[in-house]
Amino acid sequence: MKKQRIDYGSLKSKIGNVEVTTGAVLESTGSTSKTKTGAWRSLRPLVDDKKCIGCGRCWTYCPEGCVHKKAEKVFQVDYDYCKGCGICANECPVKAITMVMEEK
Amino acid sequence: MEASHAISEAVKMIKPDVIAAYPITPQTHIVERLSEYVANGEIGAEYIRVESEFAAISACLGAEATGVRAYTSTSSQGLALMFEVLFIVSGMRLPIGMTVVNRALSAPINIWNDHQDSMSCRDSGWLQLYAETAQECFDLTVMQYKISENKDVLLPSMVGLDGFTLSHVYEPFFIPEQKEIDDFLPEYVPTHAILEPEQPLTLGPIGFPSHYMELRKTQVDAMEGSLKVIEKVFKEYSEKFPAQIKGTRPETYYHIEEYKMDDAQVAFVAIGSVCGSIKDVIDVLRSKGEKVGLVKIVTYRPFPMEALKKSLKNVKKIAVVEKALSPGANGPVFEEICSLLFEAKSDAEVRNFIVGLGGRDVKLDHIQKIFDMAKKGAGKKQEWMF
Repeated sequence: MKKQRIDYGSLKSKIGNVEVTTGAVLESTGSTSKTKTGAWRSLRPLVDDKKCIGCGRCWTYCPEGCVHKKAEKVFQVDYDYCKGCGICANECPVKAITMVMEEK
Repeated sequence: MEASHAISEAVKMIKPDVIAAYPITPQTHIVERLSEYVANGEIGAEYIRVESEFAAISACLGAEATGVRAYTSTSSQGLALMFEVLFIVSGMRLPIGMTVVNRALSAPINIWNDHQDSMSCRDSGWLQLYAETAQECFDLTVMQYKISENKDVLLPSMVGLDGFTLSHVYEPFFIPEQKEIDDFLPEYVPTHAILEPEQPLTLGPIGFPSHYMELRKTQVDAMEGSLKVIEKVFKEYSEKFPAQIKGTRPETYYHIEEYKMDDAQVAFVAIGSVCGSIKDVIDVLRSKGEKVGLVKIVTYRPFPMEALKKSLKNVKKIAVVEKALSPGANGPVFEEICSLLFEAKSDAEVRNFIVGLGGRDVKLDHIQKIFDMAKKGAGKKQEWMF
């Protein structure tokens, strides 16, 4: 396959005041780093460091990859993207994670 | 050769990069032959053996989004299983080519021909072209890529052919030289979707309420604009590859094919292989002095309103012969013919004749009867020809 380059400007058109592109193609990538989906959360997982045994189950089970391993046996929740599903709290064998209502 | 193999031959010659298909009767012969071509090295394509039709169309979507030419084919339940992805393909404006070997939908399970499968997908944003003969199968398959990949169109396309009654029937057809096909249809050059690390793009993003309507409108505009492109491509192909075998295709392809319509008072409107039988009956009726003709619809999506209006302008009685239905309403083609006649302020009497569902033979007698009923007029709007 030959190397192709898309003339992105040629994909743009305007209907009224709204700019669209052919097939809704976007030139920018990485929009996820700008859109913090953690705002969807209504329950926030709080980790009690005293109870945590560093087993890493929360890290394994988080469906969104929002528990980060900071060091050996040290795990931290990424609140920018955590949607508060509560799976980590459910899986924690020592009940070190509690889900608390988000408040403004 | 059988019409299925006319399609395989055409697909070989348009040199797809990716073929992904799941076998289903009566489409099987097409993809069976294609897999042989790939195995023998006659086609350089990647043949992806998928586990379902949903996977087949999804694989084609992924392939086409990287900027290559993709092909798939299916029938009936297989097309129904693709349904969700059809809208994604057209919304992303990916010019995938597909062959639909038309077959009835379950239940009851039935492997034989009618048009319910592709008619159910008429609103999916795919172009739809229908073939009557093996030659048309070949030609439309080559042309569908030229149309779909046109930068002002960029919409996927389906070519429909009747299962068994056309797909498994042996007919002579002409195959042009590979070089001439290459001239007509050069390599696909993507203009809006590629997979290229040096120019990363986001394909298929979310369309918020602020943009969704506008994006849909661009798709509808492209579909409407494609009428002109189709006409141009049809003409170019017809000139480049003149008809070689009499009666296997129109001299010049057009959205519709008119048969003895010049002074017609009664007209049949139909799609697909049944048109052959209708033409035979018309010949007999004409020899008895009846002013009767046929309008065959080749381009069904986009719907060629103006061409049909022009063709049906002076006709007094119209029989829309359909192998599809919409329970609770009339046949899809009938409804659209009525709507364009209303716009044209025509006072023609239009009736809907449901024929050939689930492979029921449409005999010359049926067609003769339809003519008699249409000519006489004043009957039920929808008649079933059992």
